[in-house]
Amino acid sequence: MLTELRFHSRGGQGGVVAGKLLAVACFLEGKDVQTFPTFGVERRGAPVMTFVRISDHKIRLRNQVYEPDHIVILDPSLIAHFDVTQGLKEGGIILVNTEKDVAEFNFPDTFRPFAINATHIAVVNKLGSLAQPIVNTAIIGALAKITGLASLDSVVEAVKETVPIKIEANAQAAIDAYNAIPDAALI
Amino acid sequence: MKKVLTGNQAVSWGVMRARAQVIAAYPITPQTTIIEELASLVSDGKLDAHFIKVESEHSALAACIGAQQAGARTFTATSAQGLALMHELIHWAALARLPIVMADVNRAMAPGWTIWTDQNDSLSQRDTGWLQFYCESNQEVTDSVLQAYRIGEQISLPVMIVLDAFFLSHTAEAVDIPEPAEADAYLPPWKSDLIVDVDNPRAFSGMTGVDVYQEFRYLQHEAMLEGIKVAATADKEFGEIFGRSYGLIEPYRCEDAEAILVTSGTITSTSRDVIDAYRDRGEAVGLLKIRMFRPFPIDLVREALRGVPNVGIIDRNICPGFGGIFAQEIKASLYDMEAQFRPNLYGFIAGLGGRDVTPKTIEGILEKTLHPEKTDHHLNWVDLKV
Repeated sequence: MLTELRFHSRGGQGGVVAGKLLAVACFLEGKDVQTFPTFGVERRGAPVMTFVRISDHKIRLRNQVYEPDHIVILDPSLIAHFDVTQGLKEGGIILVNTEKDVAEFNFPDTFRPFAINATHIAVVNKLGSLAQPIVNTAIIGALAKITGLASLDSVVEAVKETVPIKIEANAQAAIDAYNAIPDAALI
Repeated sequence: MKKVLTGNQAVSWGVMRARAQVIAAYPITPQTTIIEELASLVSDGKLDAHFIKVESEHSALAACIGAQQAGARTFTATSAQGLALMHELIHWAALARLPIVMADVNRAMAPGWTIWTDQNDSLSQRDTGWLQFYCESNQEVTDSVLQAYRIGEQISLPVMIVLDAFFLSHTAEAVDIPEPAEADAYLPPWKSDLIVDVDNPRAFSGMTGVDVYQEFRYLQHEAMLEGIKVAATADKEFGEIFGRSYGLIEPYRCEDAEAILVTSGTITSTSRDVIDAYRDRGEAVGLLKIRMFRPFPIDLVREALRGVPNVGIIDRNICPGFGGIFAQEIKASLYDMEAQFRPNLYGFIAGLGGRDVTPKTIEGILEKTLHPEKTDHHLNWVDLKV
């Protein structure tokens, strides 16, 4: 089975590394994986999309993802400016980094929206600065819980392999976010 | 050891396993992370090499030429305008018969200013006498770097490993990194008697008169042709050690095909899914991947396309005023084939400046090849917006 995801972030937030974290976590569980960013000129604050493919079989598609199974939004300010759900498959998960109730975004009923306050978790774990917290490890912890694409152990292992600094704090952010999604929310 | 690496990291790790001794390069997107990774590997002590910082791509290749002439195994990497700036020395490296290895991350030429992929940069160096290999996956990138040194050093010619900007360079996927002992067994240290040595002075690249220059070129050309056999052997022996080999070209599901697409780079990879889908519903179509572009494996291409009714060639490049460059090569290779076996050829231009080539794009090309009543033999622009 092929699962395709699209991440929406801004340059400097860690969206590209978020894709890599998920890919590595799934790779550690024996999946074939592929991840790449949209190919803009890298600059802080610019909208960035990152794609992840996860499959039981060899992945050969090398085009961008146009009909993702799930989407992840690291910066909710992008929602007002972009059609973030474009091409999202029916029943697809939308994970938003927000302190708000996800219902406030009024996503269509055909999707399954979830909220995680990854910014708060990043700040608590002193990741990035207060002005620009690095939310990628937290968001992947929550995504793993919601989608079941990878176990928490694999996410923590992926953090250790992939993140260059503050390894313990980043791993803790993933764990905190994983635990912040109540089991009841997944039913 | 399998790791999730970008295509650019895959280059760098291949260079590390090849134990390059001198690295000189100048940053340019999308190549930069190759030399960033190599700089880290050198500074961390994982690769025992001299890393020479230079002020331009021209100087980067000049430094490699000097170091290789002094007996070192060298490496450089660049893209687009950077490769163009090297042009004079690209000829020099080949005519001086120095087996330098370079990675070119395919980036379209400016202006308009662009950082995205197409093949016009590397194909502009077609006639310089460098071997060229176009890669389809990050694994193939790492493996081709090792093969490049092995091939180039046997025939004393430089080799260019080519990978698509972003679609490989910045895409992370699993790569099986060769173990050092196995890489060493495959690629012994480079030894040449023709090196600069203060204890044994010689003159290099001196005045070459009208009486010998043509023979000098003849020998270069013969060495390139020899490269076809050497590369095939190097690939086969690579397979025996590492369990992976690629061929110089690769026919994919071409049995009794009514139509074949000819591809290179990452378009090959996506096209495999399209070909499988067509085959699954009983349509006789196949794919021919061109991995080695120089020297051009004419005989292998003729054998693979012999008797195929219709062949569509996808070019991620344009020779303005003529057409697609791979199409041009294939046409020239098939011209003198017996008429009853010679395929109808259809040239397609797609994906310039990094435009996404999707399965839908490839299906459109395949349909126009299978049902060519309205398809131009020479040149068809795909997804054109004007």
